[in-house]
Amino acid sequence: MKTFDYKITDSLGIHARPAGLLVKASEGFRSQIFIIAKDKKADARRLFSIMSLQIKMGDTVTIEIIGDDEDLAYEKLTEFFKNNL
Amino acid sequence: MKTFQGKTVYNEIAIGKLFLYKRTENKVKRYHIENIDSEIERFNNAKKMAHDQLEELYQKALVEIGETNALIFNIHQMMLEDADFSQSVENIISTQMINAESAVALTSQNLSTMFSMMEDAYMKERASDIKDISERVISNLSENERKNSLITEPVILVADDLAPSETMQLDKSKILAFVTENGAITSHTAILARTMNIPALICVKGILKEAVDGKEAIVDGFSGTLFIEPDTNTKNMFLDKKEERENQKRLLKKLKGVKTKTSDEQEIKLYANISSVGDVGAALQNDAEGIGLFRSEFLYLQEKDYPSEDMQFEAYRSVAEAMAGKKVIIRTFDIGADKKVDYFNIPPEENPALGFRAVRMYIKRPDIIKTQLRAILRASAYGNLAIMIPMITSQVEVLKVKEMLEVAKNELKSEKIPFTEDIDFGIMIETPAAALISDILAPLVNFFSIGTNDLTQYTIAFDRQNDNVSDLYHPEHFAVLRLIKYVCDNARKENIWVGVCGEAASDLSLTEDLIGLGVSELSTTPSMILPLRDKILKSDFSECRRIVLDRIEPVN
Repeated sequence: MKTFDYKITDSLGIHARPAGLLVKASEGFRSQIFIIAKDKKADARRLFSIMSLQIKMGDTVTIEIIGDDEDLAYEKLTEFFKNNL
Repeated sequence: MKTFQGKTVYNEIAIGKLFLYKRTENKVKRYHIENIDSEIERFNNAKKMAHDQLEELYQKALVEIGETNALIFNIHQMMLEDADFSQSVENIISTQMINAESAVALTSQNLSTMFSMMEDAYMKERASDIKDISERVISNLSENERKNSLITEPVILVADDLAPSETMQLDKSKILAFVTENGAITSHTAILARTMNIPALICVKGILKEAVDGKEAIVDGFSGTLFIEPDTNTKNMFLDKKEERENQKRLLKKLKGVKTKTSDEQEIKLYANISSVGDVGAALQNDAEGIGLFRSEFLYLQEKDYPSEDMQFEAYRSVAEAMAGKKVIIRTFDIGADKKVDYFNIPPEENPALGFRAVRMYIKRPDIIKTQLRAILRASAYGNLAIMIPMITSQVEVLKVKEMLEVAKNELKSEKIPFTEDIDFGIMIETPAAALISDILAPLVNFFSIGTNDLTQYTIAFDRQNDNVSDLYHPEHFAVLRLIKYVCDNARKENIWVGVCGEAASDLSLTEDLIGLGVSELSTTPSMILPLRDKILKSDFSECRRIVLDRIEPVN
């Protein structure tokens, strides 16, 4: 399992657009990917679940990756967050 | 004439006929089904159709409103594919053995309720996205074409609210304005209106109860007011306003990006005066070449205590960044007894205009200015900033502030905080004293900015706030113009530039005189920048100089 924390810097937080992009990014991997925020956990492939976390600017989220391509997923997702959120 | 109040989304005026938009909603009939698999197939076919329709809408939106806003249709596609939507529908079909239409309607209700209960306003809005895509799937299932009312001439559209796909399917060339009973600033209608520059009013409560169809109306996108069947006076007022806006826009198109210089190649800088971070938008929109006066007082006036260095730093930095390399001249605070800032504890004065304020305060209370100087220096690393000191009357004052600036610079250096070492340092010439010793001050600074409001007041000796004598305000008074000439001559000897940031800079009847005297920068209210550029492009500097010198030179 690989995890990383990320502090959201985008002023709108994780709104529909980056949530959609996150779903797209996560679908490309075999590993299970979860996003944890404010004690709640959501499947990163489920748009509504991510959006229901209502993640805002300044919140710190934890990304959990479990699977055989977790190293690649870790690399791509850390980059994704830096570029989009 | 009836008026309704709403929130405005875009500052423009529309005059035209109202048109009530009627949305045809599907009536969902619930019935029992026998074959689960074929029902699920029905659903998936309708879902695929919806996906393709959304793809078409996305392409149309790309062209009309650009990629960022067109993405909503991509999001709609993702929502359709999302397990929480699709699986829910399929589960309901399997377990309750009801038709796909009902399953979709139930799923839609559950999900949109979940969103509408969220605190975040943006998320709340997404409830309408779910309703929109569900309606689309249901229409596909019932093989109904979602018919929208036919619009044949340009109208002001009145509706409850508009779903993203509805706004996209409208022929925008026939829409003069949107008026909705509901909606939010983050709603799709608002986004579309702003992007396509269409006046729009949202949250116009009670409008749907009104019989509006076919009536003439005015949408005032400035005040957020809707006038139904306006009387002649109102109509004429808005027709005039509209024409004024059209003229401004034409000017904008012609002059944006054009270099400001006289017909004989004298370059003039046209900057904007701003009083808050929010004003930067207007400055950029009007093609300001920089900010010539960033009045920093708002930072002190909006708080109940001295603003912290960090808070100031954030404000200066955001303006520096927003102006992206264009010069931003920050005037250090000019607070006096006339401004209501209790925590400054200034004892009441009879003559605040001549009292304890600005640089006089810096010297007796150095802590406040030190914080501001540090904040400005820190922000200088993020753009092109300059510092300007108000109310200078002596050389000593200039030297003292420069010394404080050096101390601040050394502190930041030892703290390893980056800043621009050779940040431009200028002073305001707004007192006769400063104007008359401008030869002594010029070698000490990088620029002068003439504050004509106060300079005129102090020179002609009248109180600007006194209605009985305010008619003595004449910036074109020879006394003032001669002082400006003297300042410009002294500045030229030291190779520093002179700007004007008072009201006189915006006065088109004074532009040629100011330029003729040697002023090379004018900082004005944003809306005057393009009219000034227009004037300057048509002026000949040598002619302007000859004319003004001839007029004001002492009679021999």
